[in-house]
Amino acid sequence: MLTIQCPHCGVQAEETELSPGGEAHLSRFGPGSEDQDFEAYLFFRENPKGVHFERWRHVHGCGKWFHAARCTVTMEVFGTYSAQTTEPPKALRDKISEKRPGWTWRDIA
Amino acid sequence: MKRYSVFAVARQALSNHQGWERAWRNATPKKRYDVVIVGAGGHGLATAYYLGKNFGITNVAVIEKGWLGGGNTGRNTTIIRSNYLQDPSAAIYEKSRSLYETMSQDLNYNVMYSPRGVLMLAQTEHEVRGYRRTANANALQGVDTEFVSPKRVKEIVPIINLDGPRYPVLGGLWQARAGTARHDAVAWGYARACSDMGIDIIQKCEVTGVRRDGDRVTGVDTTKGQIDCDKLGILVAGHSGHLAGMAGFRLPIESVALQALVSEPIKPIMDCVVMANTVHGYMSQSDKGEMVIGGGADGYNNYTQRGSFHHIEETVRALVETFPMVSRLKMLRQWGGIVDMTGDRSPILSKTPVEGVFINCGWGTGGFKAIPGSGWGFAELMARGTSPLCDEFSLGRFREGRFIDESVAAGVAH
Repeated sequence: MLTIQCPHCGVQAEETELSPGGEAHLSRFGPGSEDQDFEAYLFFRENPKGVHFERWRHVHGCGKWFHAARCTVTMEVFGTYSAQTTEPPKALRDKISEKRPGWTWRDIA
Repeated sequence: MKRYSVFAVARQALSNHQGWERAWRNATPKKRYDVVIVGAGGHGLATAYYLGKNFGITNVAVIEKGWLGGGNTGRNTTIIRSNYLQDPSAAIYEKSRSLYETMSQDLNYNVMYSPRGVLMLAQTEHEVRGYRRTANANALQGVDTEFVSPKRVKEIVPIINLDGPRYPVLGGLWQARAGTARHDAVAWGYARACSDMGIDIIQKCEVTGVRRDGDRVTGVDTTKGQIDCDKLGILVAGHSGHLAGMAGFRLPIESVALQALVSEPIKPIMDCVVMANTVHGYMSQSDKGEMVIGGGADGYNNYTQRGSFHHIEETVRALVETFPMVSRLKMLRQWGGIVDMTGDRSPILSKTPVEGVFINCGWGTGGFKAIPGSGWGFAELMARGTSPLCDEFSLGRFREGRFIDESVAAGVAH
């Protein structure tokens, strides 16, 4: 069973309480952008076997969106953080580096 | 290859069945092949088979990280149907279904194809309209389906409860020629036929890198050494993104878990496949008597080959509503597979930005039914560079907006 702690209300939520929202930190492209940028924004996704950053919503709780760092192979949740940011906090990235030396995700490490 | 037949069985009986030869050779890799296929699942083996059979290309290696047919080929619920809405889907799935009909004879291997019929229940007004439309589209595509009344549904599946508490059955989309087959036998049959043509099947050999000369592929690095090739076919389902990363391009794919479960064996109660897409559960009965049950996929990326328990709960709840008698069944086992989902829930059979690399992936939750059709079309694509079955499923369709939108057509992953 996957449990993730909501960084807003502090509840250790079970996955039926949460709603997955897909990849985090997408750069958004709209009308007027290049075709390839728009395509990448809409369809291309990181699909890592390992460390992944995702959006989640505490839908049957406080209702707020947040970000989580999770391993897609072991289901380990490294930590959660506010959605009001464009990249994962340094402390969390350091924590992941300790557990998964050499990890990369897009251009973040 | 010695042919399997009733006479062969009789002959072998005289020698206590000690004289059967191995079904396929365990090959060691050569330095170079014309074509290297990564992934010895159903799709990879079918592609190799049709490269040999239809195009005479037999200097081919099929390399596999684990063992042959050990991925989603051996993990699915074995349903074969072709009642899709969009023309390109109907074409490739119907080609596939028709190849399944004669596969046992073509491969001289009993794949136990059973055209027992697939019934998709319509349980909302929206679904009734949707399936009527699909039946009309299928009539134009030459796919034999019909929309049937609740009375006829009850005749086809006597154990069904038409007046469920949440979603009464309002009709159904019936494809009488659809059915099931033995999934392992499909992989084994293709492997045996490939091996007989001289194609090398190399198991326990993981690809660790893709070699390129500029924009052209020259070979692969594997745990059994370097293997050179002119053309590389990637058919690794959930791990497609991983392989594409090695080759140096990205895919519009996310890998999620899909689960299935099987009950204790019971006497025959249902002689067709029933799918209830609104409540999200489907069921058929295997020849052993077990009820084979599937449901929805998980909502987040996952490589663990096991899924979330609440999905099993939802699936079983749906089935108990639809078939009250299954409420007392014990479940024997449950498992998960990693399925590769695209944005429009249709597969990708395509050339790639790297010359000589071809990719066949994105079958999501419905790859087993497509094995022979996919192999047929993809072999043509790899041999000739174009194929009427595959061209609509190109990687470029996401940029050009030519989606083959089966997620809208079906309302669920399928």
